[in-house]
Amino acid sequence: MEEYKLSVASSPHASSPVGTKNLMRDVLIALIPAMAMGIWVFGPRALTTTLVSVIFCEIFEWGYCKLMHKPNPCGDLSAAITGVLLVFVCPVTLPYWTIVIGDFFAIVVVKQLFGGLGTNFLNPALAGRAFLMLCYPVPMTTWVLPGKEHWASVVSAADATTGATPLAVDFMKGGVTPDASLADMFIGNIGGCVGEVSAIALLIGGIYLIAKGVIRIRIPAAYILTVAVLTLIFSRAPEGVNVFTWMLREIFAGGLFLGAFFMATDYVTSPNTPKGEVIFGIGAGLLVVFIRYFGGYPEGVCYSILIMNICVWLIDKATLPKRFGVTAEMRKAEKEKAKAAKKAAKEGAEA
Amino acid sequence: MKQMFYGGVHPAEHKEATEQKPIQPLSNAPAQVVIPMSMHIGAPCKPVVQKGDTVTVGQMIGATAGLGAPIHASVSGTVVAVEPRPGTGGVPTLSVVIENDFQNTLCPDCKPRENVDALTSQEIIDIIRDAGCTGMGGAGFPTHVKISSAVGKADTIIINGAECEPYITADHRLMLEHGEKIIGGVRFIMKALQLDHAFIGIEDNKMNAVNHLKELVGDAKDITVRALRTRYPQGAEKQLIQAITGREVPPGKLPADVGCCVFNAATTAAIYDAVALGLPVYQRVITITGSAVKNPVNLLAPVGTPFSHLIEEAGGFNGTPARVISGGPMMGFAQYDMSVTMGKASNCVLCLSKEDMPAVSPNPTCIRCARCVNVCPMHLTPLFMNMFAKARRWSEVEEYRIMDCMECGSCQYICPARIPLVQQFRTAKFAIRQQAAKK
Repeated sequence: MEEYKLSVASSPHASSPVGTKNLMRDVLIALIPAMAMGIWVFGPRALTTTLVSVIFCEIFEWGYCKLMHKPNPCGDLSAAITGVLLVFVCPVTLPYWTIVIGDFFAIVVVKQLFGGLGTNFLNPALAGRAFLMLCYPVPMTTWVLPGKEHWASVVSAADATTGATPLAVDFMKGGVTPDASLADMFIGNIGGCVGEVSAIALLIGGIYLIAKGVIRIRIPAAYILTVAVLTLIFSRAPEGVNVFTWMLREIFAGGLFLGAFFMATDYVTSPNTPKGEVIFGIGAGLLVVFIRYFGGYPEGVCYSILIMNICVWLIDKATLPKRFGVTAEMRKAEKEKAKAAKKAAKEGAEA
Repeated sequence: MKQMFYGGVHPAEHKEATEQKPIQPLSNAPAQVVIPMSMHIGAPCKPVVQKGDTVTVGQMIGATAGLGAPIHASVSGTVVAVEPRPGTGGVPTLSVVIENDFQNTLCPDCKPRENVDALTSQEIIDIIRDAGCTGMGGAGFPTHVKISSAVGKADTIIINGAECEPYITADHRLMLEHGEKIIGGVRFIMKALQLDHAFIGIEDNKMNAVNHLKELVGDAKDITVRALRTRYPQGAEKQLIQAITGREVPPGKLPADVGCCVFNAATTAAIYDAVALGLPVYQRVITITGSAVKNPVNLLAPVGTPFSHLIEEAGGFNGTPARVISGGPMMGFAQYDMSVTMGKASNCVLCLSKEDMPAVSPNPTCIRCARCVNVCPMHLTPLFMNMFAKARRWSEVEEYRIMDCMECGSCQYICPARIPLVQQFRTAKFAIRQQAAKK
């Protein structure tokens, strides 16, 4: 028999064909429809901004790890996702250098300083957006409306037509029916951030991710349903407008679909238990409606997810799956026993 | 309706290489067999033969010392050594080495039993004990102990024909070709446990076996054959009980505590052999498969046949093997020495070539995707267990219920970051046990 070397390792001796890189690649693929709609609505500048952002995210990630003598993580594509998502939640007119500052904050401050992939507690893209909102509030809230003149705006976006998004004070926040029709809002023919305008494109991407098993349906479903139910019951629809179509406007407007399918489901910053995922989704949904109804902002997706991100460890700890083989009666008996022991100890101390 | 248990994974089955191949006897009997004295849970057996003794097939060569089952010679010939030899568990095991005389002389005690119908429960249990029946699915729990501790307690008998590990087809072929032995064995178990009904659970990727057994049962109401969802680890005892009865075995308890008694299909056939034919357990069906053997086969081989001989029966290595595993890919043990031999619980020798090896990462980083949480059939949170185990914070690992982990490997299989979770958990469990022993 010929010479051979056998390797020995602990079981299992099989692994799923899906690795981290495949998952990240699938997320990028799922973002393609939204990207395409972004380009269609806002012109080629949407694409160039995204490319700049992706390149700088990878450079920051590589540079930080080089500086800290950590293994090069650039192959895993997670920084590329952050780069795309950050652009998707910013207006297309944002200067390139502003995006690069956002990339730096997202990758270096939020992600790498907290330990890199898997250990950051905030969604990097959303934290980057929140940072830009604080530093550059005016360009971050200057919305361009869809229009063909943007096709010449790759270098300077100064001459684009600006206007209010459907959620703005002039419209839905003020209880006024927006100019855009419901169909416009569903397809994406409205003003807003680069990647958030088209609900249908995001829905296609989300369904792709769920079908591929990349994300689980619990968070997006809980998130969107919560917003839908609340905005249906406590509708701010103006007189004469069907509350149901108004509810659809509420969920198609703003970044709810982008947040629900691509941001709230971020592995690192979402809960890991099935029950926790549902709680996370409901919590974020409540916050969106609270911010939209009672807060100063017309839109609340970004902050709703960031706030829920902070609660993830708490949610995980509180929602550990039920122990196998322990029935409800057994748990009850255990609780009563602990109570009795506590009581006995108290009485003993008193005596 | 398909029965369910929580979680699980569905690895590529790879059963097509051997599922159509009938069980064959060895084309060449091994010149020497090395029979380990520890093929079961419990105390190793005490050899009752010495160097130079002549033995016959089925003659007892190892007597129980404490919890265990006796061990019998698998070939006839001369004992040439009683000494520690390499074992599949990775440590040398006291073994009886028999030089084969190729006569295959059967021990005179092994003869078909007449009027088996008149046997009482206790008599059946005694026969099973003397035949050395142990769980043949992997764990190797002595069968007579299982039965006698469940008499009066168990209300459900389950025969485990799930064979959920990829590659293995030994039980599948056994059920197809010797279905009558399974049915006969079940009826002996029913008699021993004094129950009048039993379930046979088989994954639905083996519908021909399900239909064959259903046909054999016919109109009889005492045995129900159930097709189960094809999902690993369907054949794990606790998961099988959950899938068939809906009951969950509480932590630290035995199946008998929820009224269930589970037997592997191969064990059931062995019980039939023992009770009706008077044959002790000295041979079994074993699948030799994987991309690194030329001609994958299902063999009926004597216990103690060296792996090198079994691989030669399968045509030898096809190219360069990268890993040889005793058992299936999910829970089997990687071997480094081809002189190790098959035991009563060996159902597979799996030879993987480089292409089929599991993916490894030089720098595994948990991305908290929670796939492990969603597949764990024991409702655990492997990612947190791994995090605390990595930091050597054993008390926290224990709080996350690591002791409930049965090391089925589902979490590591699904892990996109390729974290060696099972290895980490084994280390942690060992440390926790050591800590507990110190106190």
